[in-house]
Amino acid sequence: MLSRIAESLFWIGRYVERADDTARILDVHVQLLSEDPWAEEDLACRSLLAVMDHPAPADGTLVDRGHVLRLLAHDQLNPSSIAGSLVAARENARRAREIVSTELWECLNTTRNQAFGVIRTAPSHEYFSWVRERAAIVAGLMDSATSRDETWHFMILGRSIERADMTARLVTTQARLGPAGPGWTTLLRSCGAHESYLRAHRGLASDERAAGFLLLDRLFPRSIAHALDVAEQCLRDLGPLEGRHGVADEARRELGMVRTRLEYARLADLLSSLPDTMEQVQLACSRASDAVRARYFPTGAVTTWVGEAL
Amino acid sequence: MADLFDDYPVSRAWDEMLDRDGELRPPYERVHATMTRLTADEVSARADSLAHAYLAQGVTFDFAGEERPFPLDVVPRVVLPDEWDVVTRGVGQRVRALEAFLADVYGPQRAVADGVVPQRLILSSSEFHRQAWGIEPPNGVRVHVAGVDLIRDEAGGFRVLEDNVRVPSGVSYVISNRRAMARTFPELFSSLRVRPVVDYPRRLLTALLAAAPDGVPDPTVVVLTPGVYNSAYFEHSLLARLMGVELVEGRDLFSSGGRVYMRTTEGRRRVDVIYRRVDDEFLDPVQFRADSALGVPGLLTCARLGNVTIANAVGNGVADDKLVYTYVPDLIRYYLGEEPVLGNVDTWRLEDPEALAEVLERLDELVVKPVDGSGGKGIVVGPQASRAELDALRSRLQRDPRGWIAQPVVQLSTTPTFVDGAFRPRHVDLRPFAVHDGDDVWVLPGGLTRVALPEGQLVVNSSQGGGSKDTWVLARDERRPGSVRDAGGVPGAGATPGVPDRTAAPGVPISTNPADDPVGSASRIVQQQQQQQQQQHQEQARAVEEAPRC
Repeated sequence: MLSRIAESLFWIGRYVERADDTARILDVHVQLLSEDPWAEEDLACRSLLAVMDHPAPADGTLVDRGHVLRLLAHDQLNPSSIAGSLVAARENARRAREIVSTELWECLNTTRNQAFGVIRTAPSHEYFSWVRERAAIVAGLMDSATSRDETWHFMILGRSIERADMTARLVTTQARLGPAGPGWTTLLRSCGAHESYLRAHRGLASDERAAGFLLLDRLFPRSIAHALDVAEQCLRDLGPLEGRHGVADEARRELGMVRTRLEYARLADLLSSLPDTMEQVQLACSRASDAVRARYFPTGAVTTWVGEAL
Repeated sequence: MADLFDDYPVSRAWDEMLDRDGELRPPYERVHATMTRLTADEVSARADSLAHAYLAQGVTFDFAGEERPFPLDVVPRVVLPDEWDVVTRGVGQRVRALEAFLADVYGPQRAVADGVVPQRLILSSSEFHRQAWGIEPPNGVRVHVAGVDLIRDEAGGFRVLEDNVRVPSGVSYVISNRRAMARTFPELFSSLRVRPVVDYPRRLLTALLAAAPDGVPDPTVVVLTPGVYNSAYFEHSLLARLMGVELVEGRDLFSSGGRVYMRTTEGRRRVDVIYRRVDDEFLDPVQFRADSALGVPGLLTCARLGNVTIANAVGNGVADDKLVYTYVPDLIRYYLGEEPVLGNVDTWRLEDPEALAEVLERLDELVVKPVDGSGGKGIVVGPQASRAELDALRSRLQRDPRGWIAQPVVQLSTTPTFVDGAFRPRHVDLRPFAVHDGDDVWVLPGGLTRVALPEGQLVVNSSQGGGSKDTWVLARDERRPGSVRDAGGVPGAGATPGVPDRTAAPGVPISTNPADDPVGSASRIVQQQQQQQQQQHQEQARAVEEAPRC
């Protein structure tokens, strides 16, 4: 497979997951600001912007939810907002049009077209539901109509890395805000994990268990440990040649190290340094993504001709 | 400017929004201001979105074979913190008194010996079950959940209309109403500090676990439902889901060797606490109705042996009896030594011949209710009844005075409700929910406000064409309880001393595909331009090729 195509597939996975997860994070926060009588809007919004890699205005103007939604939900030019990542996912699919199935392409294209339409002005909760539904359709089409070859592995690799990264960001928002945050229950709910969690722990909700569930549950697909595990499996399938000792693949090394660090740590230790731990996860995802690019998507160095040499 | 509150009449009843002079009451200022800004179409759109959300969630009831969303009105009912304190104290007091009364009824009957209530009263109640005699709940709690129906009379005071300590329903609407409203009216929630209601399932589970038989380290709690065709099935499944426990039907359970088990894929599993939403008579075919397919044969025996807890306890209905209701203020004084916080509605006991004579004379101006009824069944509102109905009622009262009580027509308070494109006053009541865990009675800050949608209608039950409203209990504190952050302080100043505040510290950068670099990236523009030029070259070339032909 062409490196350029593989890179597009990888990013389709990442962007769609990013739109989905950002919608979930924002939905939680808008709901928190609506329902919690003691919410401090400016503080919560600044924290959220920071976690999502957007510098908050430094001049001390109050940041409200409208500002956050403009930047993180509706900015079509920035691929780290919902609308932006939907546009970017479609652009990447266009570049890999001959590999991406027609159904998937049409779905991504329609999604991007609709993102410019009436849904933009819908109440935020409806907008977020729409984003989640579109992401679910993409996931369903990928799942049902993609051969389990490199196409599949690159898309799922992108999706899993993004998912680990975004779940870590979601956890960070709560870890930073503490009691002023949305609360672990709301977080679980935003991941669609609440009911699964309640059944796993038979209703006895506690903050530690909830955090542990999002970080470490091996069976729930949105937990960090599970997402990292799937990403590693994809890397193993992509580069099956393995030496007799150690791991040669840099991306796998990064993901594996951070996963084992989570899995083998005591939960209490993890929780006492939660923001740091989550930062480690995000950095590892970022380094793994770079390593994947370096190994699988090498771009030709840009050649510049310098006249004097002649 | 004309708005949807134009011509909103000042009614005879207490209005929750306007006082007698037509001035706004303080809790409704924000709500009124928000609603005034909307046009009828906008309000309709919001109402549709509420209805749509309920259809999607399946919060529906069956109307002539068609699924209709449970009506939720767009205007919330707002309660001030001080008013709510009265409700909390009053409901808590009532639950404690009824708890003591039930323990006494199914025990020594001291209240009878001391002459507080006549023995006839208890023995003649159709909900007094001898089968419940001698079943001692492990932590002494019989009323795990109570729903006390309150109304606001013409003077604005809350009064108790009836007690529900059997299987009070409606709490699921409190939870789902709140979620739907928060999504539909986010601007209102941001301007008012409304106390959250999401705590209920956790509190209920805690109370149920506390009620488990002694010596069970990790009790198994289940919710027992009559099945999917029950009108409250949505509530049963919601509670089971939010508590993370199994939702079982009678056929999923069996008793063996004095214990109750459920059938699972891993074999039988013991059940310790059953939060049952099945009426007493259907609970155990061995003890009650032999034809019940909803119950578990032998369940009561297991409870009597102390191996399983049934919540709420069997036989609680005697406390719901509307004739017993008339004695509750006395019971509060007798058991608790306190004066009732919430009064009753004046009630005639028809067994007293003088009272009966007076009631028969004034039948057309009174409300008459069956003592064992619930859900608004059998209620006759005198002023709205036909002559034939009143005649039929008269002979029934004479035949069975124990079976009925009479009350004056109380003008329930009204709140603005969106009807036919405008806001109109409609009568409401309020059902707060209380959870008793053995140490403390916790009252959910909220509760179900039921609204009678037809004009002038005083019966609010959903089975009688009623809808509901989200009940907003305002928080007193400007700050989160226990928060160390002072109101005027620097954001984030409440963090642990010595630890740098990282609330708004920059996060890890989000990476993107270099090929998607934000617009303006030089290499991308060059790439695009060249691809386009290529195209232009081709088009020019084609034009040149085609030229000679014409």
